[in-house]
Amino acid sequence: MLYAIETEEITKRFDDIVAVNKISISVKPGELFGLLGPNGAGKTTLISMLSTIAEPTSGKAKVWGFDVEKESSKVRENIGMVFQDTTLDDRLTGKENLDLHGRLYGLDGKTRKKRIEEVLALVELTERADSIVRTFSGGMMRRLEIARGLMHHPHVLFLDEPTLGLDPQTRNHIWEYIKTLNKVEGVTIVLTTHYMEEADHLCERIAIIDHGDIVALDTPEALKDRLGGDVIILQLENPDEKSKLCEIYDKNGCAKIVSRHNGEVFITVKNGEHQIPHILSLASNAGISILAVSLRKPTLDDVFLHHTGRAIRDKRASEIEQVGFKIRSRRK
Amino acid sequence: MKKAVNRALQTVYTMWLREMLRFWRSKSRIIGSLATPLFFLVFLGAGFSSSFQVEGGRPFDPSYLAPGLIGMVVLFSSMMGGVSIIWDREFGFLKEILIAPVSRFFVALGKAVGGVTTSVIQGILIMFIASLMGIEYKSLSGVIAAIAVMFVSGIGFIGLGIALASMIDSHEGFQMVMSFLTMPLVLLSGAFFPISKLPGWLTLLVYANPLTYGVEALRYFLLGESIIPIFRSITVLLAFALAMTFLGGKLFGKMKV
Repeated sequence: MLYAIETEEITKRFDDIVAVNKISISVKPGELFGLLGPNGAGKTTLISMLSTIAEPTSGKAKVWGFDVEKESSKVRENIGMVFQDTTLDDRLTGKENLDLHGRLYGLDGKTRKKRIEEVLALVELTERADSIVRTFSGGMMRRLEIARGLMHHPHVLFLDEPTLGLDPQTRNHIWEYIKTLNKVEGVTIVLTTHYMEEADHLCERIAIIDHGDIVALDTPEALKDRLGGDVIILQLENPDEKSKLCEIYDKNGCAKIVSRHNGEVFITVKNGEHQIPHILSLASNAGISILAVSLRKPTLDDVFLHHTGRAIRDKRASEIEQVGFKIRSRRK
Repeated sequence: MKKAVNRALQTVYTMWLREMLRFWRSKSRIIGSLATPLFFLVFLGAGFSSSFQVEGGRPFDPSYLAPGLIGMVVLFSSMMGGVSIIWDREFGFLKEILIAPVSRFFVALGKAVGGVTTSVIQGILIMFIASLMGIEYKSLSGVIAAIAVMFVSGIGFIGLGIALASMIDSHEGFQMVMSFLTMPLVLLSGAFFPISKLPGWLTLLVYANPLTYGVEALRYFLLGESIIPIFRSITVLLAFALAMTFLGGKLFGKMKV
């Protein structure tokens, strides 16, 4: 088997919306692979199909060598899944949740006992093993859920937004667990995220997804290098002059225009520090006044912007509202 | 083949075990669920026997209510057990089950067996408390047969609950089911009044109600009297249980998360 996951033009349609559009990817065994994109980009739908929860409208996918449609039960035996929202039984203890999971996956008593200790130690929850899950914090629940996903030694682990709604400290912790289990247990990991830093920090390769399409796929470094140097952001006094400024830079060939965004113009250049004076003088010669300039190394945010013309964070507000709603509805 | 049977049994057992663990954790809820029928038995029993006479001029005997209330408890807790799948879906646990490499049918069956165990336990508790309160049962073998009746009717109602839960997509819908289905089922079952002399339209509804046969069978085994012949009651209950298991299993298999 060459690939842990292999898809061939896999597609999912809901009525007239195409959630996943002919995506073909291959993930190598042992790889830590990221699906990066804003909410509603199709990431969750894609891993739902790979984990046999949703049926593809067309196309094919194999996970650990098994066809997701024809051999769904074989696929299920070989994967672990950590959903976006908790799927723990919150009236039971941590240990009981793990034990039931082990039983569903056919582990015998001795194996379960040993494995429960191992996975609890991995996510540092040994001391809370016998507490009812209701008393856990959000971060602890997520850790327990990751531990549970690992109980049956899956070859492929899917993590859907593993750090959504967690505080920065907990997030760092979870990142460490993910890295450790990828290295120590050798598990192939596919995670979805809309956090740039998360994808950048964790993943060996990233597929950037937008509107159901893969717009770019490579290592984080290669994706950023492809932008061609540093990012300079110019803030204009009059946003209407954006296109005029872009034209000037185009004509002079000194900078590659990345995108126009709000009142800002993003450009990428080599040796940004040395280019700033030249760029500014070009603008002032044309009579365009610039309020602020900043220079930084490119991030995955810029990569996304480059490929889609939008920033991922544009969609954040609505996502925060959604999370709030989910939490409220759970309290009922 | 042997492996497949083992896996199926293990799935059923796992789901049963979960229901038992949850049942054990919710002791206060169980006491609460026993309170209503016991109030009925004490207050309704006292009120009925002081004001009503049964045919032939004898005073109303509160023990008449006991089988009806046992039936009511079994109905409530079985329906609850089935419909609790809605909660499993809302709180996400359903996904954990549905993604496991196990058959959905056996998942539903395990859930049903677990739910039925809890409702039979509650039925037995009511039966026991009622006997402490002075209600006399015909024989020990009658009591054992009554437990079997609770089990069979429980399976039927839990199957119905699972079938409904698979079609309802919110807990508001669940409230509707509880008020528009369970209360009429109880009131139309002969739990509180004899079904021999009802007006025609009511007779029709009462005889269309599966709980009627459960209550009648319980009354036969516990008190030695029933209007519907026991053989017919048992046949109807078994058919109902089988049909609902099939329906519940089928609809649960199609359920979307």
